[in-house]
Amino acid sequence: MKDIRLMKGNEAIAEGVIRAGCDGYFGYPITPQSEVLEYLSAANTKQRTGMIVLQAESEIASIHMVYGGAAAGKRVMTSSSSPGISLMQEGISFMAGTELPCLLLNVVRGGPGLGTIQPSQSDYFQAVKGGGHGDYKMIVLAPASVQEMYDFAKLGFDLAFKHRIQVMVLSDGAIGQMMEKVELDEEIPRLTDAEIVKKYPWATTGKTPDRERNIITSLDLNPVKQEIININLQKKFKHIQETEVRFERIMCDDAEYLFVAYGSSARVCQKAVMLGRAKGIKVGLLRPITLFPFPSIELAKLAKQVKGMQAIEMSAGQMVEDVRLAVNGAVPVEHYGRLGGIIPAPDEVLNVLEQNFIISKKEKKYEPATY
Amino acid sequence: MSQLLTREEICVPENEVYSRTCLLTDAALSYCPGCGHGTAHRLIMETIEEMNLQADTIGVAPVGCSVLAYDFMDIDMQQAAHGRAPAVATGIKRLYPNKFVFTYQGDGDLAAIGTGETIHACNRGENITIFFVNNGIYGMTGGQMAPTTLPGMKTATSPYGRDTETMGYPLKITELIAMLPGTYYVTRQSVHTPANVRKCKKAIEKAIQYQKLNKGLCFVEIVSNCNSGWKMTPLESNKWMEENMFPMYPLGDIKVPKQI
Repeated sequence: MKDIRLMKGNEAIAEGVIRAGCDGYFGYPITPQSEVLEYLSAANTKQRTGMIVLQAESEIASIHMVYGGAAAGKRVMTSSSSPGISLMQEGISFMAGTELPCLLLNVVRGGPGLGTIQPSQSDYFQAVKGGGHGDYKMIVLAPASVQEMYDFAKLGFDLAFKHRIQVMVLSDGAIGQMMEKVELDEEIPRLTDAEIVKKYPWATTGKTPDRERNIITSLDLNPVKQEIININLQKKFKHIQETEVRFERIMCDDAEYLFVAYGSSARVCQKAVMLGRAKGIKVGLLRPITLFPFPSIELAKLAKQVKGMQAIEMSAGQMVEDVRLAVNGAVPVEHYGRLGGIIPAPDEVLNVLEQNFIISKKEKKYEPATY
Repeated sequence: MSQLLTREEICVPENEVYSRTCLLTDAALSYCPGCGHGTAHRLIMETIEEMNLQADTIGVAPVGCSVLAYDFMDIDMQQAAHGRAPAVATGIKRLYPNKFVFTYQGDGDLAAIGTGETIHACNRGENITIFFVNNGIYGMTGGQMAPTTLPGMKTATSPYGRDTETMGYPLKITELIAMLPGTYYVTRQSVHTPANVRKCKKAIEKAIQYQKLNKGLCFVEIVSNCNSGWKMTPLESNKWMEENMFPMYPLGDIKVPKQI
């Protein structure tokens, strides 16, 4: 019988990591993601799977505990919300430089600064373009449902270890807090220490006579060697761009106009597509599931089919830059966003699309907001 | 009258009285001649070898002069971001409770940028061992003022001497963490004379042995010289250390386990 439960998004990913064989969680409370740490603290993970859960003294300590565990080959993670993720950028950059696998969750809230605790998508640049120092990228997964919050726990760990890369689940306060039906899988057992030694020969598990010592470091003062390290990193990112793109097409086959949106905004646009179709507008939605790697090729294909693309984000226009790069001027790409924790309404975004692409300039009653 | 041994006669196993630990690599030490880091490295590696812990040891190297410690120590090591070594070690030890996990940090790393990580790892009673080399200055970056710099001491960023009114006082972080119930063994040593080296070795042995008891954090401060940063000869720096550093940072055990 299927194990189906009604859960919050934050609880779903917490349950997801337990069932995905996670070895350790290190975190610090911050709204709107504290349920992750609370759920894991109450779940008796030590008895259930042997998973360690530790509340650190700060987000900085959390990410460096993750670094230590990951460098020793363990499946480890942390979670936070925007201001906390900003604090973690040091550790994330160090993990990028040492190619350590880990799962990170950002339940985004509005910024800048302390901002608000309401949902936002204004951390796209930080997540996708590399928020810390140096040339690096993470795989960024954008869940649009509580089920995906759950599913991306295992997917995230699998991708992290497949490519030795950091995987960030870029959620938001709405997806984290809302409750939906979740279908749960069987628990995957955690790897034993012996399995880790065999599976991850790079991990610092203690030097045995049969191998050289393992060193996890991002330091190389020789610029020639450091350039080679960087070139190899870029090769990996290119490979990921070519092989790991994920997206969802909703009513795209005959679409003349296209919404492009991820996460909560995609949920809003999905409803807007239904409203538009009821009015006879052939509108579809392309929902990027991976924000890096971005579905650029799919968007370039759709640019040959549609008359215009309407990006919808809870930001001042961040993802839209990647849409425009993908489309490269083939069709007009407009942006519409709400800021500071406001979620746009379906009729609002449909109206924006109509105003931008369907209603002629003369008939326009007002200029829609452009941010 | 006994005959002097020839070089060949000396180099036979039965005449061997001392040899370099096999857990130090052949890489030439990058520390300045006269600096205490090399001796501290040797003592830790000797002890790990004597206790047969190589396969069970994971070390954490910091940022600072000892950033390249992994070049010299033949064990699995992780390089941590500046000050974060106790958090990194926490992550390792929580997931590998049976391994010997240590950090090796300087005063800028441990007592300035990493103060939070240090105090909270100590306060949680993490079962790790911290080796803390205190030379009162930032050596790697060229001799700037550290939290442990003595009052009046001239550095690159306190060229007129450390003025406690505007620059604060030397931070006695070892005394501070000794007050926390999470620490089990806290001691302050030096490696500038053969007698002190022997004492320090004993302290290191205890700090490694005690980790197995899972009773809390073991902390060994090694007050050391920085002849380059202090702009002295090695001998002058050791004398200066005795006369100036030791009154501020007195050597000896600060917290010892009861009934031992």
